[in-house]
Amino acid sequence: MAMELRLPVVRKPLSESLGRDTKKHLVVPGDTITTDTGFMRGHGTYMGEEKLIASVAGSVERVNKLICVKALKTRYNGEVGDIVVGRITERRRSAEDELAMRGFLQEGDLISAEVQAVFSDGAVSLHTRSLKYGKLGQGVLVQVSPSLVKRQKTHFHDLPCGASVILGNNGFIWIYPTPEHKEEDAGGFIANLEPVSLTDREVISRLRNCIVSLVTQRMMLYDTSILYCYEASLPHQIKDILKPEIMEEIVMETRQRLLEQEG
Amino acid sequence: MASVALSEAEKVYIVHGVQEDLRVDGRGCEDYRCVEVETDVVSNTSGSARVKLGHTDILVGVKAEMGTPKLEKPNEGYLEFFVDCSANATPEFEGRGGDDLGTEIANTLYRIFNNKSSVDLKALCISPREHCWVLYVDVLLLECGGNLFDTISIAVKAALFNTRIPRVRVLEDEEGSKDIELSDDPYDCIRLSVENVPCIVTLCKIGYRHVVDATLQEEACSLASLLVAVTSKGVVTCMRKVGKGSLDPESIFEMMETGKRVGKVLHSSLQSILQKEESLGPKRQKVGFLG
Repeated sequence: MAMELRLPVVRKPLSESLGRDTKKHLVVPGDTITTDTGFMRGHGTYMGEEKLIASVAGSVERVNKLICVKALKTRYNGEVGDIVVGRITERRRSAEDELAMRGFLQEGDLISAEVQAVFSDGAVSLHTRSLKYGKLGQGVLVQVSPSLVKRQKTHFHDLPCGASVILGNNGFIWIYPTPEHKEEDAGGFIANLEPVSLTDREVISRLRNCIVSLVTQRMMLYDTSILYCYEASLPHQIKDILKPEIMEEIVMETRQRLLEQEG
Repeated sequence: MASVALSEAEKVYIVHGVQEDLRVDGRGCEDYRCVEVETDVVSNTSGSARVKLGHTDILVGVKAEMGTPKLEKPNEGYLEFFVDCSANATPEFEGRGGDDLGTEIANTLYRIFNNKSSVDLKALCISPREHCWVLYVDVLLLECGGNLFDTISIAVKAALFNTRIPRVRVLEDEEGSKDIELSDDPYDCIRLSVENVPCIVTLCKIGYRHVVDATLQEEACSLASLLVAVTSKGVVTCMRKVGKGSLDPESIFEMMETGKRVGKVLHSSLQSILQKEESLGPKRQKVGFLG
C-alpha cells in the first residue's frame, strides 16, 4: 500500500517557469482597459464614461482595432455545432415518454450530442441525429473548465495509444475503450457492460491522469497535447502522475514538444 | 453526504476496475491520494491544521478555554467537537443542508475519543472540581471530494499536535480564595501528547473487494462502508458501519484487518511529517490559503 503525506509548497507563477518575456495584461471586472476611444469593443468589454471597461476577469487580447477580454474561467456558452457530453438530470414525464424513452435513457446516463439551437436565455437544444452520437457506455468522465477545450474540426478522437476520447466543448471529457468493431445497426443506445480488459484500463487511467495534469497546469486540451502528455508520462507509474513534481515535469516536456512542433 | 450521479455503465466500469486492483486514477485498493498537511494556519487559535486529500479540504481549529470540570470526572478536562459543513463545499450544504452531516461527524468524533487513553485528560485539569481546560475543536469542511472521515481525523490529530495551552499556576492566599496566574512568557505552554489519538480509516465495499480512500464516484458505487478508528499501535477504538447495504461478518473481519494495517502506516507517515514541519522551526514559510 502507498501513503504519502507532504507539506504544501507555494505554487510558482506560471510565467516564471515558462520564461516568457511578455506579461499578459490581466484585468478584473470594472478595470479600465484603455481611455482611447478609437478601438472597437469585443467580448467581455463595455463602454462607460468615455473609457473601455472590462466586464469579465481575464486577459486582454488585441487584434488591430478590436479589443476583447478572454475570460480565464467561464461557464459554458453554447454555440451551434458544438459537441457536448452531458448527463441526464431530469426528464419530462408524460405517458408516451415513459413508454418510448425509458428503455433507452435513464436519469444519470451520459450522452454525446450536438448543439442544434441556442435560446436567448442561454439554454441550448441538442440533437443526436447521427450514429456517432448517443448514449455513452463504460468509461471515465473528467470535468474541466470549458475555456480549456480547444475548438477543433472534430472532437471525437481515436488515440493511437489504445483508447478513444470525446472532448466536449462544455468541458466534459469522456475517455472510453475504443470499440473493436463499429456497431452500425445498434445506433449507440445499447450499452456494453462486459468487463474492459486490464491493458485498456491502464491506458484509460493514464489518459485520465494526463488530462488532469494538463488542466492543473492550465494547458489547452486537444488531441495532440493529450497524446504528447501521454507519451511523456510513460516512464512513470500511473498513480505517480498526479504527484505535483511529476505533473510539472510531464507538462513541461509536453509544452516543449508542442513548441517544437509549431516552430 | 455529497453525492454524484453516475450512469450504470460508469458504475460497472468502476466496480470491475476495483476487482482488478486498478482504480480509475491508477491507484490500488489500498493506496491513498496525495495528502498535504499544514499546521498553525489560523493565528488566533491555540492550534490549527489544514489537510488536503485530493479534492477534500478540511480546516481544524482548537481553542483552549477555561471551564469547570464535568461532575462525574472532576479531575479531568474535556474536548468538545463541532463540525461546520460550509456551503462552499458543495451546493447540498446550502442553508441547513449540512447540519445532519455535521452532527453525524461530530458524534463519530465524540465516540472515537471516548476512552481513557486517546488524550491525557488529567493533564488538562487545573484544580480539581473547579477549573480545567476545555478544548473546543472546530472542524470546517471547505471542500468535499470523498473520504471525509479520514481527512477530518488526520486534521484533528495534527491540530491537537499543534495545540499550545498556556501554562497556569493556581495561587492560594490566606483567605482561601484562589487566583489563577498566567505565565508571563507567551511561549511557556504545555503540549498534548497525541501518540494515542486515533485516526479513522474508511473502507468502502465495492463489489467483492474493499477500497481505502474512496473518491466521490467510488462512494456512489459502494453500498456499505466500515469506519475503523485505529491508534498508532494498531488498536481499534471504535468501529461503525455506514450505508444501506449489508456486510458479511467475514468481510467485516477482513476490512478491520486492512484498516489496522493501513492505519499504522497512516500514523507513522503523519508523525514523521509533523516532526519534519516542527523541525523547520518558527521561520518556516507558511503557505496558508493564498499559496
